[in-house]
Amino acid sequence: MNINWFKYSSPQTFYPLAGRMIPWFAWAASIFAVIGLYISFFIAPTDFQQGEAYRIIFVHVPAAWMSMFIYMVMAGWAALGLSLNARLPAMMAQALAPTGAIFTLLALVTGSFWGKPMWGAWWVWDARLTSELILLFLYLGFIALQSSIDDPRKADKAGALLALVGVVNVPIIYFSVKWWNTLHQGSTISMGAAPKMVTTMLLGMLLMALAFWMYTIAVALMRVRCIMLERERASDWVKERSLSAGGNA
Amino acid sequence: MQWSSWSAFFDMGGYAFYVWFSFGLTALCIVWEILALRKRSAVALNLAKLLAQDK
Repeated sequence: MNINWFKYSSPQTFYPLAGRMIPWFAWAASIFAVIGLYISFFIAPTDFQQGEAYRIIFVHVPAAWMSMFIYMVMAGWAALGLSLNARLPAMMAQALAPTGAIFTLLALVTGSFWGKPMWGAWWVWDARLTSELILLFLYLGFIALQSSIDDPRKADKAGALLALVGVVNVPIIYFSVKWWNTLHQGSTISMGAAPKMVTTMLLGMLLMALAFWMYTIAVALMRVRCIMLERERASDWVKERSLSAGGNA
Repeated sequence: MQWSSWSAFFDMGGYAFYVWFSFGLTALCIVWEILALRKRSAVALNLAKLLAQDK
């Protein structure tokens, strides 16, 4: 394949491309979510230990996976932006941060609502929970730092450095259940070992994770389009776009 | 099928509050994020339009 990637690396060509991609990812997310929710609530059996409360797993684990995955992707875009000194990768990093923060918050809150009936506590200062809370602070710190610097190129650089330093936290979250004695249960799925759960439960979880993944791409593309319009509002391509967008587009 | 009736489904084996809160909050966050982005996009386009018409 011989695609000219540089052609798509400028905001004015990426803007319409992103616009055309959004509906596809939105549809994929919806389809995965419908099938995933159906399996989560109607096919997956009751857990013999936790009863029906375990069904929180179908949002909790995918949200927790996404919180870590989005951070890695965000840091990757930030590193690319820093090393190439390019606008688009930095905008992608900026577009991912709020969605990552939302998934981190959801992982923490749904975990809390699972912990209360199972452990008897909303919160414990356990290694897994604490490191996930630090992830939320890293996302919020990244967002706050970027918005506190007026010059967008300087904001990109500062944000990228914070994002890269914070990467060290992701393996800590992931391996925390192995490295320390945590109240949080171990991984349900680990690479190289047979999963310790019923296939339908696993399938529901994977489908929900796919739905969240497609959703993340769709909203990140929506947000990166907003960021492009906001940051390049003085440029000719944004003016042309806005005039051709009609009524109250 | 795991449920004897719809009320058994909504009761979630006595864990209704915890289960439905988790799923409800997730749905709420998703809807909020999409609506907020649509609004942000409309505001950005309108602002760009005003700037473009200025000249």
